[in-house]
Order: sequence, then structure tokens, then C-alpha cells
Amino acid sequence: MSTITLTLNGQPLTLPAGATLADAAQASGLRPPFAAALNLQFVPRTQYPNTLLHAGDEIELIAPVTGG
Amino acid sequence: MNDDFLLYGERLKSRLLLGTSRYPSPAVLAQAIERSRPGMLTASLRRQTAGGESHNGFWDLLRGCGVPVLPNTAGCHSIREVLTTAEMAREVFETDWLKLELIGDDYTLQPDTLNLVACAEQLLRMGFKVLPYSTDDLVLCQRLVDVGCQAVMPWAAPIGTGKGPVNPHALRTLRERLPVPLIVDAGLGLPSHACQVMEWGYDGVLLNTAVALAQDPPAMAEAFADAVRAGHNAHRAGAMQAQDVAQPSTPVLGTPFWHQS
Repeated sequence: MSTITLTLNGQPLTLPAGATLADAAQASGLRPPFAAALNLQFVPRTQYPNTLLHAGDEIELIAPVTGG
Repeated sequence: MNDDFLLYGERLKSRLLLGTSRYPSPAVLAQAIERSRPGMLTASLRRQTAGGESHNGFWDLLRGCGVPVLPNTAGCHSIREVLTTAEMAREVFETDWLKLELIGDDYTLQPDTLNLVACAEQLLRMGFKVLPYSTDDLVLCQRLVDVGCQAVMPWAAPIGTGKGPVNPHALRTLRERLPVPLIVDAGLGLPSHACQVMEWGYDGVLLNTAVALAQDPPAMAEAFADAVRAGHNAHRAGAMQAQDVAQPSTPVLGTPFWHQS
């Protein structure tokens, strides 16, 4: 099975070719709420399953924290 | 006279906006919120590991306290980073409110004044209610208003310094020149600082560290809430003109022993 390697929150992540953002989110182990950006573009939650990932993609998953 | 605190047409219940960071524990933060009943609470978004801060009670606290959330874009250094973070915040926090932070210098955390206006303009076009964190530069703040910001948040001093207003003249000039709500954001350390800027006619204050790092954060939060109210009421009451020469407050007429010594 071929794979792709990308980064999730700056860390390398290997997924099967054809994986989507929903797969990456699941692999992160994060529980909602969180939001996603792919290559510095916001991706709405509803689009995760339709967002195909490619080698070298940079994913950010960020969650609520305290702030000033 | 109507004394509602309106931002983008929405009424806030308090002129104190409170940050949620750097408290000793979520429980202490909850007590500070309860004691001060702020008009808004700021929050942010960060990379998290599974079971991180979002799940240590902060998210539940935020959702359960009944105070509107003001997400920030803290740490963003480019317009593109801000725009993406803003959209992510809108989805997570389910709000159009946004505290725009576009940092231009990591040492002073001074806003990127050369790109702030363009960034605010784009966010407004995207439907955000933008509250821009800015310096106290009059022309910068005027331009933010010109592109549609219905409120501006100049700093009193760099974030987290607690110095209080380092340039009172600039802040007072802003108040005189700009007809929109002005909120002092950052640099306040004492309730007297908050009271002072409210006496000058500021519409609100946003602070975090001064409460979070106090020895008793809930008590300090309440003290700031009282100070904000006192300063605002004093501004509405209209202060006397200071003068150089003493004026006896007790009537002179009928003074006993007059000219007998």
C-alpha cells in the first residue's frame, strides 16, 4: 500500500495514499472542539471528508485555550 | 441619558473585558469571572495534544459561564495567518467577534502598524466584528475607524507589563479625536490605572495579567470591575477644573476669631 508523508502541527505523519483531512484528524487523537487549516488555508469541519491530502501538506489542528 | 455599552450594535453587560490566561487554575479563573462579571472573555487557539488544555475544564467553563467570548489572533505575524486563524476561531467559538492581534515585534509585542489597517479591512469584509489591538498612534487608529472598525483598542503599555498608561497625552488625544468606542487593551497593572482611563472617557478596558498574577485574582478582578465602574461614573459626572490657587471649601464669612491673632 502506498503512503504519503505530511506534517500535522509540525510533526511528520504518514497516512495511506488517498487519505483525507478527516483521516488526519482522527489520527491526531484530538477530540472536538478544534479547527483545521491545510497549507495555511482554513478548512471548514464539513469539508474534512472531501479534502484529499497530498505528500508534503502542512496541517494545523488547533483547539481552544486561554488567552489574553 | 442612555449608558449602554454598545459594540457593533450589541450591548455588553460590563465595560470590563477579561483575559483568561495565566491564572493559577481554572477554578481561580472561574471565581474571578464570578466576582467581576466581565462583558467579554478573551480566548485563543493553539496546537494541542490529546487531553490538552481544552479538556481540563476551560472549554466547559467558557461555555457555561454565560459571558460572550472574544477570540484573539495572538501570535500571528502576517495578514494571512490572521485571516486563517480568524476563520478557525469563528468555527470553534461560533462567534464573529475577533480581537485582532497582528504582532510586528516579538520583544515589545507591538502591533504591526503598517499592515494592521489592511488586515482589519479584510476581516470586516469577511463579516467579523473586529476589535483591533493597536498602539496609541492617532492616525493609525483613525485609519482603523475609516475602514469600518466600530471600536479601537489602543494599548496603555506593552502587554503584560502592568505599567499603566505610559503616554497619557496620546490616549487623551485619541479620546478627544475619535468618536467611536475606545477600549484600553494591555499594559494596565492596577485598578487605579483602569479608573484613570475611564475618567478620561474611555468606554472600557481589557486586561488579563493584572488580575491573573495578583495574589488573590478573584479579589483583584472585583477591584478592577469596581474601578471601571467608578471611573466611568466619574466621567459621566463631569470633573471640576483643577486650579493652582487654594479655594477654601468652608465658608469664610462668619469665621470666628477673625483677625484677632
